[in-house]
Amino acid sequence: MNGFRYLEGVTTLALDPDRCVGCGLCQAVCPHGVLAVADGCARIVDRDGCMECGACARNCPVEALAVSAGVGCASAIIKSWLTGAPPTCGCDTDGCC
Amino acid sequence: MDASRPPDGAGPHRPSGLALPMTDTCCPSVTPADEAPCCTPGSDANDDLPGYRVWPFVEDWFDTPAGRVPRVRTRLGPADLLGRWAMRWGIGRDRYRIAPGLYAVGRPDPAAPVLVTANYKMTFDLVRRDLDGVDAWILVLETRGINVWCAAGKGTFGTEEVVRRAKAAGLDRLVSHRKLVVPQLGAVGVAAHEVRRRCGFSVVYGPIRSRDLKAFLAAGLQATPEMRRVRFPLGDRIALAPVELRGVLGKPGLVAALALVVLGGLGPGVFSQAAAATRGLGAVAATLAGVFAGAVATPALLPWLPWRAFSAKGAAVGAAAAAVLAAGWPGPLGAWNGLAVLLAVPATSSYCAMNFTGSTPFTSPSGVEREMRRAIPWQAAAAATAGIAWLAGAFAA
Ligand code: SF4
Ligand code: SF4
Repeated sequence: MNGFRYLEGVTTLALDPDRCVGCGLCQAVCPHGVLAVADGCARIVDRDGCMECGACARNCPVEALAVSAGVGCASAIIKSWLTGAPPTCGCDTDGCC
Repeated sequence: MDASRPPDGAGPHRPSGLALPMTDTCCPSVTPADEAPCCTPGSDANDDLPGYRVWPFVEDWFDTPAGRVPRVRTRLGPADLLGRWAMRWGIGRDRYRIAPGLYAVGRPDPAAPVLVTANYKMTFDLVRRDLDGVDAWILVLETRGINVWCAAGKGTFGTEEVVRRAKAAGLDRLVSHRKLVVPQLGAVGVAAHEVRRRCGFSVVYGPIRSRDLKAFLAAGLQATPEMRRVRFPLGDRIALAPVELRGVLGKPGLVAALALVVLGGLGPGVFSQAAAATRGLGAVAATLAGVFAGAVATPALLPWLPWRAFSAKGAAVGAAAAAVLAAGWPGPLGAWNGLAVLLAVPATSSYCAMNFTGSTPFTSPSGVEREMRRAIPWQAAAAATAGIAWLAGAFAA
């Protein structure tokens, strides 16, 4: 997304290339083109594009990907600071989170 | 994120196509004449169940090996558009959902694709509109009236629900293939390999936007890289403005405005109604300017603003708004009040802009948390200094 880049060096995304079987699903589900699969193995090609949605890790059949996924939502994070619970999105309308 | 929790409300066998009972439904109360409820001549069974009514978008019903399935229109009627608009502004209802289950567009046969979507009516409306001329089955999941992405993040649009609905709809009796087209953004909640293991259907991730569905189907379930990338165009950012404003301007906003008016009356003469009016309303106007700068202008200008952090972008827009406001202030402003405006507007704007991170499709939770840890102390300090300067202004005048 041109013009839409967020903070750098923060994502918790991690790939274990030794486990990867090259199925290609992570590349298909990532909405930001962070991962690319070539020659039977996935690579992180745009780490700072990752928004930690968790789609890739959830769909990796061999758990080669890990990311601490969640909602990038300020009010949810404030709530979690106050209550100590993990952030969840409280808003139910479209567009939010 | 609890994918195993059964969704409340509808049981698996509530007939799709019927509106939910009036008590918990949110169907538009207006039914224009050309959107007369279905029950076309020739439909023999009795579709009138007590307490239910048929959605205007149901064209007719037809029998399949998996039971009767409602066929839906691919044209949006005035009621759909009105409901859409009302939903954005939160009028009347906060959920806008249809019954989960199986629907059809066109004349699908056993080879026709099965498209999975959420039971948020706005999502469903987009899908059926974009399937004009296509023959397909639509499997609607119970996401409690929430769109695909939000629901996938919460886990209601998830593996569990896909498997449950596929089984409840009798898909294996209905179609000859074993594929489910799930929107790509649903992948946050759905694990393709688990769906396959548990119900035998393989998940094919479809395009992000429903308007690409036709091309995706025509290409034999192939998405182009372009279809797989999320975008955040100006129209989408503007469309979120009502949602953002509603978040700030509700009851707490009213209470805050009242407090400002009361505080505005304080001064050398203990309390003055005239001061409450001018100073209090002035403070409310400044705060509103900050809210507007952060929740509407910053999102609109997002890609052109400097810096990555939303709080910084918001502060920049807020500073510009403050300068304009202070320059055009009706009547004398004074140094103290001027300082208050120049601090309060950017602080408010920065905070509101930071809240907008929750509505964008590219901000990571780790990034938002880091930004908040840095920005909130500054925002609080600026707001507190502004408040002190403003109160001091009453006495300095
Ligand atoms: S977490 Fe989401 S954005 Fe990040 S790499 Fe995985 S799919 Fe892409
Ligand atoms: S989903 Fe997992 S196994 Fe498949 S390509 Fe990606 S990392 Fe490799």
